[in-house]
Amino acid sequence: MEIKKVPQDHISTYAENRKAIYATDDKGHYGVVASSGWHVEEEATKQALNELERLAGEAYEAVESGEKSPLFYHMYAQRMDLIVLSQSVGMFQWRVKRHFTPSVFAKLSDRVLARYSEALGLSIDDLKLLPSRES
Amino acid sequence: MNTKSSDFKHQHAAHCESGVMSSMLSHHGLKLSEPMVFGLSGALVFAYLPFVKLGGMPLIAYRSMPKAIIKGLQKNIGVKMRLEKFSDPQAGTKRLDALLEEGRVVGAQTSVFWLPYFPEEMRFHFNAHNLLVYGKEESIYQISDPVFEHSVEADEKALQKARFVKGMMAPKGLLYYPSHVPSNVDYTTVIPKTIKKTAKMMLKTPVPIAGLRGIRFLAKHIRKLEAKDRRYAKLFLGHIVRMQEEIGTGGAGFRYIYASFLEEASEILGNDVLMEASKMMTVTGDAWREFALMIAKSIRSKKSEAIDFDAIGAKLESVADQEAEVYKKLLTAF
Repeated sequence: MEIKKVPQDHISTYAENRKAIYATDDKGHYGVVASSGWHVEEEATKQALNELERLAGEAYEAVESGEKSPLFYHMYAQRMDLIVLSQSVGMFQWRVKRHFTPSVFAKLSDRVLARYSEALGLSIDDLKLLPSRES
Repeated sequence: MNTKSSDFKHQHAAHCESGVMSSMLSHHGLKLSEPMVFGLSGALVFAYLPFVKLGGMPLIAYRSMPKAIIKGLQKNIGVKMRLEKFSDPQAGTKRLDALLEEGRVVGAQTSVFWLPYFPEEMRFHFNAHNLLVYGKEESIYQISDPVFEHSVEADEKALQKARFVKGMMAPKGLLYYPSHVPSNVDYTTVIPKTIKKTAKMMLKTPVPIAGLRGIRFLAKHIRKLEAKDRRYAKLFLGHIVRMQEEIGTGGAGFRYIYASFLEEASEILGNDVLMEASKMMTVTGDAWREFALMIAKSIRSKKSEAIDFDAIGAKLESVADQEAEVYKKLLTAF
C-alpha cells in the first residue's frame, strides 16, 4: 500500500488515537505511517460492540423480569461471556451458570461474591444491583 | 518511588510483541526494526482453528502464538531473555518495581480490557497484549505501549489488575528483559534460514488448518455460511476482518510488515529476488484489504440484499493463490 492510500478516516473507535501502518513511499520504500483508521476496521469493531450491547440489553430485561440474577447482566456489560467469566473467576461453567438463578445468587457467600467482584471490577454492592437505565 | 530509564525512547509500532522487542533491543544497543524483529522470529503464519473459540468465534491467526516472537529471537539471533511469572500479584508488582529501580526497561504481558489508557471502544478481553514499563513516579508507571503513538501511563492498581487477569492466555504477571544482547547479527545466515522456514511452512504444511491450506479452509467455510443464520454469518465475517485489521497488524494481517522486512533483508544481503518478493507481498497485502472491503460491504447490507458468500470465498482463494507465488519466489532467492 502506498503512503497516500493509507486510510485516514478518523474512525470513532480510535478515540483520536492513531495506529502504525506499514506503507511505501514514492520510491517504493517501506516506512511507518500513523493512520487515524480505516472505515472497514471501524465497521467490524462496531459490529462486535453492538453484538455485546445487544446481549447486555437482553440480559438487562431478563434480570428486570426476575428471570436471571444481576450477575448475568454484569457479565455482558463487562464484555464477557460464560466462558470468559468462568475462566476469570476460576469456576466451572455449570457453577457460574447456576449463579445466574436469582434464588441461588441471593444466597452466595461474600467470599464467592468477592471473586466475581474482582473479575468484573465491580464492588459487591454494585454486583447485586441492576444499574438504572440512564447509566 | 521515583525511577526512570531516562535515555529510553518510545517507538510507535504496528504490533505489540514485535514493537516491544524492537524497542527493548534498540535500547540495549542492537538496532533492529520492528519488521526485522517480526521476520527474523518467523512470526508470519496463518492458522484457522474452528474448534478454539474466542468470544464465540473461531480463532483466526495471522501470526504465531503469543511469546513466539520472544522465543524466535532467542533461537535465531542469540538474544537471551529472562522471563518471570508470579502467582501472587503483590509479589509481581514488587518485582517490577525492583527491576525499574535497577534502571531496566521491562516487558510485560497484560490484558487489554483493564488498561485505563485504551479507548473505550477498543477494550476487549484479550490477555496477550505486550507493553514496556520504563519508569515509575509515585504510584504511576510510565509505559511505552508500542501500538500507541506516544508513551502512556497507568497507576499501580490498574497495571497490577491488567497483569493478573485469569483465563485464556492468562499473563500470570509475566515480566521479561534481556540478560544478553548480541552486538551484531549474522544476517547472511539467519535471513535465508528464517525466510526459507516461513515460506516452507506456509506452502507445505501437513495440517489443513495452517498456512495456505488454512486460508483455503477458511474460504471453504465462508462459502458454507450461506446455510447459516444471517446474524452469525455476518459476525463471522466481521470477526475475520477484526483479526486482520483491528489487532495491530500493520495492515492486511501482517503482510505489509513482512513486505517491509523483505525489503530490508534485500538491502542487507544485496539480494534482488527478495526485493521482488517484497513487491509481490505488497500486492498480496492489497488483495487482503480488498477482501476485507468486500466483507465490510456485506456486513452493511440490508436484510433484503443477499450476501454473495461464494464471491467472498472465491476472493480469499485468489489471495491464497497470489500469496503462494510469493513463497515460491522466496524459495528461489538463496
